[in-house]
Amino acid sequence: MEDIITIFRILLLISLIVCAVATALSKRVMTALIIFTSYSIVMAVVWLLLRSPDLAITEAAVGAGVNGVLFFLTLRKLHLIDKDFADDEDGKIDEGVNVNEE
Amino acid sequence: MLMKNNKFSSLLKEWYEGNLSFDERMNIETEKPVIKKEETTEKQKIYLVKDVENAEEKLTSKGYKFFSVIFCVILAVILVGTVNFMPLFADDNTPTTNEVYEHYVGEGRDQTGAVNTVAGMILDYRAFDTLGESFVLFTATCAVLLLLEQSKDKPIKKRETFTYTNDPIVRLVVKLLTPIIIVFGIYVLFNGHLSPGGGFSGGSVLGAGFILFAMAYGEDFAAKVITPKIIRVITICSLSFYCLAKSYSFFTGNEFNGIHSIITPGTPGNIVSGGLILPLNIAVGFVVCCTMYSFYMIFKRGRLD
Repeated sequence: MEDIITIFRILLLISLIVCAVATALSKRVMTALIIFTSYSIVMAVVWLLLRSPDLAITEAAVGAGVNGVLFFLTLRKLHLIDKDFADDEDGKIDEGVNVNEE
Repeated sequence: MLMKNNKFSSLLKEWYEGNLSFDERMNIETEKPVIKKEETTEKQKIYLVKDVENAEEKLTSKGYKFFSVIFCVILAVILVGTVNFMPLFADDNTPTTNEVYEHYVGEGRDQTGAVNTVAGMILDYRAFDTLGESFVLFTATCAVLLLLEQSKDKPIKKRETFTYTNDPIVRLVVKLLTPIIIVFGIYVLFNGHLSPGGGFSGGSVLGAGFILFAMAYGEDFAAKVITPKIIRVITICSLSFYCLAKSYSFFTGNEFNGIHSIITPGTPGNIVSGGLILPLNIAVGFVVCCTMYSFYMIFKRGRLD
């Protein structure tokens, strides 16, 4: 049992480093953001293994939830999310699936 | 008194009442250096207004500068003087490395009444630390509101009105999940002194639940349910309650002045125990929750209402 937990811990730490490096190296902002959110989720599990569950709850709620939402909103306002689908009609950004048609 | 006739205060008032649009505000701020580039004085830099001509205001600004310098010098002297009394860095005999740790772990449960030692530390022994963190969150909300708020007359741009209110899957899932998330947040908040969690964790879970609610039901509906007035009242009441409660324990905690605190730790393990830790947890949680929610609303809509 101890061996399994040790292996799990090493895997978590390796994925943490991989996520951190990939966030910095990825070229598209959207991809970087998704990897950053997954970094927060892994970090929450690491906090749990370090025996500080209160920090794990905070990390999961803030790092993965609220932070991600705020980042996505900012990217949406900067029009960096739908860059692949843009430029279809007079430079307007594609509005996505659900739009309030008025 | 000091700022009574000032143009800056009237400008601030207009900002506050939302009569000016965001661009107008920016114009007012940037107009000054463009027009009077050569004759910009220190006084105008302070007030950020176009022209200050009153002699009375000149006097006020001089006094303002003088007293601010005096205040900073006094503060620096106090802070640097305090460093003199501190023990040397990384000294083996300092109380921090020996006594404090043993005291917190050994007697924390009996003294604070909190089973969760971390809650006893951050809300009882080091409560002023947490008070500062709450005020940092409050200041962050104010700064975001000042920077990103849009005026009411300006309609929200169409390309920014993406919502999930018409999506049946998202709506159903959120309808099922939101009550569970909010109840879990309240549980974490109220059990902060018994189990892992506390103000910050519970508050962020609560805030995430409200953000989910606002996402699924539309920001217009959410702004009607949770009005800016509610957010303002809750935040200010929580912060003032924290200040008053900790001032009370600060003055009654001293054994030498003869006043004793009527708040007792109670039986460790009960839900109503731990003295002030439970109400303080709730206050911090409300502040964090309001901060998260208003961040989302300002980022998404540009305003709270």
